[in-house]
Amino acid sequence: MVESLDQIFVSLKHALLGFVPGNWQALASAILSLLPIFVIFPTLFAITTLLERKGLGRIQNRYGPNRVGPFGLLQPAADGLKALTKEDVVPHAADKIVHFLAPVVLVIPVFLSFAVLPVGRNLVAVDMDAGLLFFFAVGAATELSVFMAGWSSRNKYALLGAMRAIAQMVSYEIPLILSSVGVVMIVGTLSPVKIVEAQGTYHGLLPDWFVFTPWGLAGFIIFMIAAAAESNRSPFDLPEGESEIIAGYFIEYSGFKFALFFLAEYLGMFAISGLGITLFLGGWHAPLQSLEVIPSWFWFFAKLVAIILVFIWIRGTVPRLRMDQLMNLAWKFMIPMVLINVVGAAVWHFMQPGLARWLVSIALVVGPYLWLGKSLFQSKHLAKRTYRFAE
Amino acid sequence: MLGEGIIKGMAETARNFLGSYVSDERLTTVQYPEERIPQIENARQFPFLVFDGDDWHAGMRCVACQICEKECPPKCIYIEKSKDKKPDYVGKPQIYPAKFDIDLSVCMSCQICVEVCPFEAIKMDTEYELSTTDRFGGLMVDKQQLAKSNDYYRKIHPTEAAEVDARLAAEKAKAEAKAKVDAEAKAKAAAAPKPVPPAPAVVAA
Repeated sequence: MVESLDQIFVSLKHALLGFVPGNWQALASAILSLLPIFVIFPTLFAITTLLERKGLGRIQNRYGPNRVGPFGLLQPAADGLKALTKEDVVPHAADKIVHFLAPVVLVIPVFLSFAVLPVGRNLVAVDMDAGLLFFFAVGAATELSVFMAGWSSRNKYALLGAMRAIAQMVSYEIPLILSSVGVVMIVGTLSPVKIVEAQGTYHGLLPDWFVFTPWGLAGFIIFMIAAAAESNRSPFDLPEGESEIIAGYFIEYSGFKFALFFLAEYLGMFAISGLGITLFLGGWHAPLQSLEVIPSWFWFFAKLVAIILVFIWIRGTVPRLRMDQLMNLAWKFMIPMVLINVVGAAVWHFMQPGLARWLVSIALVVGPYLWLGKSLFQSKHLAKRTYRFAE
Repeated sequence: MLGEGIIKGMAETARNFLGSYVSDERLTTVQYPEERIPQIENARQFPFLVFDGDDWHAGMRCVACQICEKECPPKCIYIEKSKDKKPDYVGKPQIYPAKFDIDLSVCMSCQICVEVCPFEAIKMDTEYELSTTDRFGGLMVDKQQLAKSNDYYRKIHPTEAAEVDARLAAEKAKAEAKAKVDAEAKAKAAAAPKPVPPAPAVVAA
């Protein structure tokens, strides 16, 4: 019974495939695997926009939207209708083809990246051996679209926003990928399905997820910070800077294209959070052995919603980082931390289980953190300003 | 230490979030059309004319002296005097305004008309939900719309109304006392024997 609830979607798919004639089976199988992605994640996007607005409202001592529907629950529908019925303004001097293609080029790779995430037991759309590599490759394709949007708008502010966005995204790719290298080293494979399986055992009170090890915790935090930067999420939302350069690289977009950008940004956040869950938080495993009766896909989405809530929490708390602060953080803090983290993962793997292993690992995380943190706080040495020609 | 400020900030934010469900201090929004913030006593919006008693026309205190019309900075008051007279609160016949229009779209709520009125006839109302869709005459209010009773005045500005009522009652008492003294003097004068004119002196012939 428990088993069947867990595998209900797999059974449903097999039952539906029974109705399809032989030579259409492959196509039908592909469509049936992918259709849930196109249904569930945009629905989750709608729920997230509502959660975000109401959550941010409560953090800021006010109600969120509460006029449309009871407690504002129909607000996403109103937003969707608004986005669809707004006039689609294309600037006269804009490069029309590129301007049209930019949102499309953004949305398609994001949907592609959902295909390799194991959402539950046996519930992965495409079981690739190099799934992690595929995910990062496709995620990097989104940066092209940001530049296309900024360039084609023929607007200097859009271009400036796009340049900054690309600089940010490229800088934070390195901590993102290197923090997953530790996990790949330990498990020995790039396949997300096998990485989740490797975290399936339970020892004592805590499960064997990588986040409960010192290097795993550090790696997870670095991964999440880099994930926030990759999806242009506060406090790294300078390219989209709502109150500064208005909308940055998508300033010239309105109506449906704007909705597509918005959708793609949030879906990117879900995808990268999903990957973080797969790598560090044990994927679809339950936190306690006794809770395994609850289906695996429920745990995956519960963890995803928890991470989304933490992102919303951080957005409501931390002020936006300036461009140079952002770049300093990436290159001077995160990259050294993540390189030492890889060493820490290896140390953990090769030492014998016991107190010594814990102490060395914790020292390898805390030491560099304090030292690098101190270097970030150093004030610039200010000298009296001399003018070359004005004397 | 790096990150300390962020952790403290997140604790404060969490406190705000959770507190907004339990305490009013953490969620100060007043949902406007359904709830309203009660106004303080000294709030003022636009003027109204005070009347005593039940009949708005007979009890109106305004005697059309036109001081408020002359003192109004944007000249939003328009008064026409009446031809007949009606008794005021001490009983003395006074003229009254046949027309008393205020253009609320011009009025700037400076309260000068209230300050200069010698008869406590015009006071500031606190009603602010006056918007209308008629952009030409919709905000021109006439005498009947402006007339509100003294009980209403007591309700919206209790301290001021109490002071005004006390003063008017004192003046009324003084006027009545004076009238009584006058009446007594007149009665005494009427009752006293008339002075007999001295008999003409008989001239000896």
